[in-house]
Amino acid sequence: MPTVSVKRDLLFQALGRTYTDEEFDELCFEFGLELDEITSEKEIISKEQGSIKAAGASDVVLYKIDVPANRYDLLCLEGLVRGLQVFKERIKAPVYKRVMPDGKIQKLIITEETAKIRPFAVAAVLRNIKFTKGRYDSFIELQEKLHQNICRKRALVAIGTHDLDTLSGPFTYTAKRPSDIKFKPLNKTKEYTACELMNIYKTDNHLKQYLHIIENKPLYPVIYDSNGVVLSMPPIINGDHSRITVNTRNVFIECTGTDFTKAKIVLDIIVTMFSEYCEKQFTVEAAEVVFPNGKSYTFPELAYRKEIVRADLINKKVGIRETPENLAKLLTRMYLKSEVIGDGNQIEIEIPPTRADIIHACDIVEDAAIAYGYNNIQMTLPKTYTIANQCSQEDIADKLGVDISATKAVHISNPKTAEFQVARTTLLPGLLKTIAANRKMPLPLKLFEISDIVIKDSNTDVGAKNYRHLCAVYYNKNPGFEIIHGLLDRIMQLLDVPPGEDKAGYVIRASEGPAFFPGRCAEIFARGQSIGKLGVLHPDVITKFELTMPCSSLEINIEPFL
Amino acid sequence: MADGPVAELLLRRLEASDGGLDSADLAAELGVEHQAVVGAVKSLQALGKVIEAELRSTKRWELTSEGEEIAQEGSHEARVFRSIPPEGLAQSELMRLPSGKVGFSKAMSNKWIRVDKSTADGPRVFRVVDSMEDDVQRRLQMVQRGQAEKLGEKERSELRKRKLLAEVTLKTYWVSKGSAFSTSISKQETELSPEMISSGSWRDRPFKPYNFLAQGVLPDSGHLHPLLKVRSQFRQIFLEMGFTEMPTDNFIESSFWNFDALFQPQQHPARDQHDTFFLRDPAEALQLPMDYVQRVKRTHSQGGYGSQGYKYTWKLDEARKNLLRTHTTSASARVLYRLAQKKPFTPAKYFSIDRVFRNETLDATHLAEFHQIEGVVADHGLTLGHLMGILREFFSKLGITQLRFKPAYNPYTEPSMEVFSYHPGLKKWVEVGNSGVFRPEMLLPMGLPENVSVIAWGLSLERPTMIKYGINNIRELVGHKVNLQMVYDSPLCRLDAKPRPPPTQEAA
Repeated sequence: MPTVSVKRDLLFQALGRTYTDEEFDELCFEFGLELDEITSEKEIISKEQGSIKAAGASDVVLYKIDVPANRYDLLCLEGLVRGLQVFKERIKAPVYKRVMPDGKIQKLIITEETAKIRPFAVAAVLRNIKFTKGRYDSFIELQEKLHQNICRKRALVAIGTHDLDTLSGPFTYTAKRPSDIKFKPLNKTKEYTACELMNIYKTDNHLKQYLHIIENKPLYPVIYDSNGVVLSMPPIINGDHSRITVNTRNVFIECTGTDFTKAKIVLDIIVTMFSEYCEKQFTVEAAEVVFPNGKSYTFPELAYRKEIVRADLINKKVGIRETPENLAKLLTRMYLKSEVIGDGNQIEIEIPPTRADIIHACDIVEDAAIAYGYNNIQMTLPKTYTIANQCSQEDIADKLGVDISATKAVHISNPKTAEFQVARTTLLPGLLKTIAANRKMPLPLKLFEISDIVIKDSNTDVGAKNYRHLCAVYYNKNPGFEIIHGLLDRIMQLLDVPPGEDKAGYVIRASEGPAFFPGRCAEIFARGQSIGKLGVLHPDVITKFELTMPCSSLEINIEPFL
Repeated sequence: MADGPVAELLLRRLEASDGGLDSADLAAELGVEHQAVVGAVKSLQALGKVIEAELRSTKRWELTSEGEEIAQEGSHEARVFRSIPPEGLAQSELMRLPSGKVGFSKAMSNKWIRVDKSTADGPRVFRVVDSMEDDVQRRLQMVQRGQAEKLGEKERSELRKRKLLAEVTLKTYWVSKGSAFSTSISKQETELSPEMISSGSWRDRPFKPYNFLAQGVLPDSGHLHPLLKVRSQFRQIFLEMGFTEMPTDNFIESSFWNFDALFQPQQHPARDQHDTFFLRDPAEALQLPMDYVQRVKRTHSQGGYGSQGYKYTWKLDEARKNLLRTHTTSASARVLYRLAQKKPFTPAKYFSIDRVFRNETLDATHLAEFHQIEGVVADHGLTLGHLMGILREFFSKLGITQLRFKPAYNPYTEPSMEVFSYHPGLKKWVEVGNSGVFRPEMLLPMGLPENVSVIAWGLSLERPTMIKYGINNIRELVGHKVNLQMVYDSPLCRLDAKPRPPPTQEAA
């Protein structure tokens, strides 16, 4: 879940009122956000680097707010405020418009070389925008949030934003050999080739995570303007030439990627969020993108989609009984402009370009429920009549569990934690490690576990299968083989398997195994098949587990008895 | 025994004495070990107020074993002196005597003897005086007679330095008559025996009182791990509510069932190496239900069933990748798919509690594996209100009655709600579970009828267990570092069910 950090006072200023921390927390909860932490830059730095380093830092109060992973429109202050203001019916959702420029439309031409590495690109222009320090920071921060979330760390989409007034179109998006790309990147004072840059960035804490996306590819993606100025080398770095500043008035935005749908969503989010600061609010200047096949598209899409959902469907799915008019009002509060149409039972919902998360009627139903208030919904019990059944497997394991506990053993449930190299094929090591971790306990230690192990098995759809095993160990000053043997006898008695060589019975026969002391190991046969072994553990095994006492063990597969 | 011969003698002496007697004196008089008298005192004390005994500690000088020997035989120097005949003795010969070395130097410094080195066959030792007084022996004998006090401090410390004398602390009892004093203490029985019952002798016998403050002997018993105890409570709750247990015996799952079937897109971050354990061998699922796979593929890449879909290129290779299942919802998906194949549709309620695996950063509350508890209801026309109603019943059986619901996002449920309960101890709302209605994009490709909704919720088993048993570090609960003492000591799990409110009425 992404966390957005906003300055509290700026937030309240934009919301047009102040809240206590509790009130704001409550508002977040209702809307499906979570006020995760109240902090300040100073606090963050002093927590991470000590109070000395934090000395000069700002102590402006920051709200850290957890935003649902599919709500890209809430990843910045602008979006959060707009969402909450519409939710509280203080403003109407703005309508985002794509407009044609007065002069020539900006053009981005994609060459076919990009096909193998990063085939898609979209673009748009924010005209006559007015940044302030706060707005500018938010603009940069939103790009970072998008990169980390929907863009999957720039693998799916990478964003470049440029000062259009320093460039001259049309632009070309192509792919070249790294040695043929040379430019001055952001925050550097001289030009480097792409090869050099990739080396330099290996030690860059921020950028090194993105290198793998194009490293080792023969061609790197790159965008030029008509004078050969490099705008960016996606998804790694922008050129320094076109860098934006607080004073930038016209912003050219390009998004390149491997996922066309997501590139379009990312572009829509950026322009809808920041067109607020354009001279003509909420308008975005179109840009044309020409694909290698010659087809030309205009971006941003800013598509408004209409869905029609029946009011009774919403009522039925949520479990409420609201009039269609009320439902339309509820949805409108969720940024989904809605009205009742047709026979009076149908609601027409307009999905704005900011709400790419709405892909099905069920998403609309959820928003209606959120606006209605989850905690206002009448709780009812489903009438679903069913008869319960237990898995026989669980059943028998429990029965054994109880009985083994009656024979004085301790039940450990989970043997392994972090050190996964393989899925375990035996339970014994877990029990021996448990003894090693509990050597201070009085002797004897008698432990057992009934749990699943995993074995490769090409007869199953995934190629592996769980088996339910039972393992027990006896750890004392004497090996206690007779005790482990007695446990086996008792288990078999409980499972109604009589001793004996015949088909229905069980028997143990001398055997050997690497874990056991020679001459002190037997294989267990039950109902005609081998189910496991018991015996006295080999001293080498005992010492390898850092144990010092003799130990006997039993491990059997209990699947045949389930 | 309380009425052993020593105790009897003690009582008789005590009766004759006025005031009381000292246990050490008595031991000396009776010629028994002091310890035997102490035993008699203790067992008489256990009878109540028969005697009073006051512990006294006295310091006493005693001879060491070497001191005893000297008191008897004389000091080493005296023995050396006596062994020298008038004509003298060769020094080498003298040194071979048992007291030779010590006695020689002491006798020399006492100027009782002298050495003549001029003799032809080596040095010879001669008496200097005709007779001497063996003070060491005399003094030791005084101590033996109990007259150590008559010796000077200096004399005592010299003897102590020679390790002939030692100061010992003696703990003795000053015994006097108690309020219930009697010499006729009969033997108290410790326990009832079969013989007493058959002969009826128990009627005439006094019995030793029990010490009810002592701890009992713990019964020999096994102990179940707390997770198992809590788990069986949860199973019980589900079974009471009519839920059928789902098979979950496959830790290894394909990405298809773990993600794709749940309409979780292939670029979803949860499908990253950082979040999920994938398998190297067997790396891929061998079989997938291909016609269902086609419907899933279409729904992801193009939409359908009323959905826009995710509009990306869905890859079969990605779906085939095997992994350690990240949730039991993969098992739920298999069960729902099987349910969808059964015609006509029959409503169902399912549950499971089993192990899942996540590539988490490990800390005091997170492990790479944990147990997930999951409940699923499939029926016609289920609402969000139904989900909340069933959650209320479920949690009230756990003793949690104050619930509220927060909108949330889960990839495969819509609407989704996180369940919060008010924690009176922490005085705040804490998340206790996650829930939602499965997306139609998950259910319809399986073949479930359109008007069937499936509601589901999940929580971890470890968290309620840690809260229930007050465990702060998950490593003490799960894995081989488990604290066996905790396992031994943990009580039964009763999830503190309070009286339940009457079941909610179905909304009219």
